[in-house]
Amino acid sequence: MNAPVLPTSLVENPRLDRWIAFLPDRTVRIATGKVEIGQGVVTAIGQIAADELDVPLDRIVVLSGDTDAGPDEMYTTSSLSIEVSGGSVRLVCAEVRAKAIERAALRLNCSPGDLSIEGGRFVQNGAATGQDYWSVAAEIDLSQDVTGTAPVKPASSYTVVGQSVPRADLPAKLSGAAFVHDVLPPDVLHARMLRQPSRGATLTALDETAIRRAAKGELQIVREANFVAFVSPDESVAQAAAVAAERYATWSNVRPIAPAEQEATWLKDQPAEDRHIGAPRPTSPPKNLARITVSRPYVAHASLAPSCALVQYRDGHLTVRSHGQGMHPLRKNLAAALNLPIEAITAQHLHGAGCYGHNGADDAALDAALVALRVPGRWIRLQWRREEEFAFEPVGPAMLVTLHVDLDDKGRPTDWTTEIWSATHVQRPGSGSGYLLATEAFADPPPEVKPTDPPEARGGGGTRNAVPIYDVQAHRILHHLVLRPPVRTSALRGLGALPNVYAIEMLMDELAAKAGEDPVAYRLSILSEKRARRIVELVAERANWKARGAGGSGRGLGLAMARYKNRAAYAAVVASVTVQETVKVDRVWCVADAGLVVNPDGARNQLEGGIIQAVSWTLKEQVRLDAQGIASRDWDSYPILRFSEVPEMDVAFVDAAGNPPLGVGECTVGPTAAAIGNAVAHALGVRIHDMPLTRERVMAALLKT
Amino acid sequence: MTIAFTVNGVAQRVDAPETTTLLDVLRNRLGLMGTRYGCGLEQCGSCMVLVDGQPVHSCTREIGTVAKRAVTTVEGLGTADKPHPIQQAFLDEQAGQCGYCLSGIVMSTKALLDRNPNPSRADIVAALDKHLCRCGTHQRILRAVERAAATLRGAA
Repeated sequence: MNAPVLPTSLVENPRLDRWIAFLPDRTVRIATGKVEIGQGVVTAIGQIAADELDVPLDRIVVLSGDTDAGPDEMYTTSSLSIEVSGGSVRLVCAEVRAKAIERAALRLNCSPGDLSIEGGRFVQNGAATGQDYWSVAAEIDLSQDVTGTAPVKPASSYTVVGQSVPRADLPAKLSGAAFVHDVLPPDVLHARMLRQPSRGATLTALDETAIRRAAKGELQIVREANFVAFVSPDESVAQAAAVAAERYATWSNVRPIAPAEQEATWLKDQPAEDRHIGAPRPTSPPKNLARITVSRPYVAHASLAPSCALVQYRDGHLTVRSHGQGMHPLRKNLAAALNLPIEAITAQHLHGAGCYGHNGADDAALDAALVALRVPGRWIRLQWRREEEFAFEPVGPAMLVTLHVDLDDKGRPTDWTTEIWSATHVQRPGSGSGYLLATEAFADPPPEVKPTDPPEARGGGGTRNAVPIYDVQAHRILHHLVLRPPVRTSALRGLGALPNVYAIEMLMDELAAKAGEDPVAYRLSILSEKRARRIVELVAERANWKARGAGGSGRGLGLAMARYKNRAAYAAVVASVTVQETVKVDRVWCVADAGLVVNPDGARNQLEGGIIQAVSWTLKEQVRLDAQGIASRDWDSYPILRFSEVPEMDVAFVDAAGNPPLGVGECTVGPTAAAIGNAVAHALGVRIHDMPLTRERVMAALLKT
Repeated sequence: MTIAFTVNGVAQRVDAPETTTLLDVLRNRLGLMGTRYGCGLEQCGSCMVLVDGQPVHSCTREIGTVAKRAVTTVEGLGTADKPHPIQQAFLDEQAGQCGYCLSGIVMSTKALLDRNPNPSRADIVAALDKHLCRCGTHQRILRAVERAAATLRGAA
């Protein structure tokens, strides 16, 4: 028999005790490397364990993101936590369950097949046996490696998975301290940063006297090369010092930025690494070519809280508490940046504000560690300033996407070329060209590394969802990975999926119009995949698509669909908009197929959040640049969607529990953006290709009609 | 200078420069961590507390201005184990993702429902429009406020 294929997480962390422990207080501790970033994953992982072990959910304690006790599962990204970590926990629990039954059977002198488990207790012929997990736990060798051979339960027998269990972390967040920001150990010192404006910039003068005068209190200035931090027992003193320092610092060699660099069109003529993926170029000239070009600007994560970390260096050991997306990678990256042995670092996850991708969390941890090493023995609580978060977090890259599609005489695509210009979508520290920000401020900064994008096997970056889900004979991608964008770019929810789906689904509507067909009917005519067809049909029905009408009236209805990464969850979205001078999204319908859904209400919350965030990106958001770098440094210059602007929502999953679970965190963003684009076109009779769909663009489009 | 005021019904005397922000005092001197820093510019609402029942951005409010006044924070409503009906309504609707914005929104909700026990959807939107939520939990939050209003009306 072939060995079962284990999830990556189990290959990397095979020992059972890395995942599970039976604690004396009659709980089971399940450890995961994935962390809570507002998506409810900790609750869902607990549900999976409860079912597989037959232990009540309130007996399951989930330890998340702990380098001392938990598995290394890299970063919490790409909507993979339920598939990979959940899948791993399921296999581990199944195996431990089988081992526990074996031990109990030996004790009870019966066959393992005679025993079942109810509420964590072993039961024989419906009667209690006096044995439970905890009574046999000492005899189960959890130092063994997982084999993956123990049979997992059939989905039909789940009683906890599939239930809308309330989030375990919400009560604390509604009533008091709950975040890394809220932890104040005795004697804590507060720290703030003065940031190097750009790579290579040199601090030529810093008026420390003036800064101390402005800070008005006990202040220590930690300064090394171009790294400057202000440390005080009084948080307001550290904050005042950092604010004042912006005025009293002189920098040379700051990289100048031209205003044009903030636009996606700037990407087109820049040095790039070019790749050709997919079918060779067509040998014959196109017969009936359709084209579309769309763009999205740089977009911020704009987490509601600035990044924060709590670090102590004591007796040669560095303890780090961070809201980053992966504690094991953070530990490795800190060890490399600080030249410390990895064993000298413990990294533990504490909750932060919602993150949506690679933001400043890891960078803040290095900042705090650098201060802690220079102020040993004390806890350092370093928090970024609001303007620092906007100005120095990595941003989602601008993208320009052009589709050239050749059509047959019925207006169906036969040959399809997707051409993409974008900077890298992943510069997480420790991968590709990623780095921790403060390392650039060192006297001897690490060399600049040529950027790379995630490989297609991991869903790609700029190319994510560039391959249409529709039936096309020949498809190719021409990917121009722009090497020197004006700002640091990295992962933002969905990576390239949003602009790529925007392009594909806008083109679908154009092709339908060309063929004189309804957009839904046109899509279905070139869509073989059954699960995709089903959600398109269902969402059209829920939104009463057939009553859509001719459009051009200022009110519009648009539809779009995609399967995230062409391998995660499917989402079909209909948006209803009113366009006067600005675009208002009135209502959004969404039908998703995510296979087995572990926590339906939690997963719906993810769909809804993705929809609202995508509405915000599509209508409002653009990172502004000036000569100094990112100029949109507060919520007035970087507005996001408000309560008065959010659409009504009708969100549903199709029943697909027979299929394995598929990540849902990112599946709605592309379809939502494209559904809005199509609805606006329906409302105006003219298409707006460049995001965000601002008042200026609406007015310009109206002038064209 | 010494400033005397009450927080959640408890008398406090704080010795601080009068320009110290109320947020700083609540978190760093009184250890009330439920009121959160978001922007320091009255733009996001994460720091909202009540001063004499009125919603106030504590990130810019100087402590000198709250002398002899009554400050209420989210800790003054209920606890994780014994939530206030407003907090319970947010839990019932699972109206949260990351949760960072929630304590401020709960406080604006308290002020709204004290003033107007039967608010329309438009009233609620108007009361919460100064708050930002980046996770996109808005519709759940609006439902939670309606649920809280109904609960509190029923209890009155």
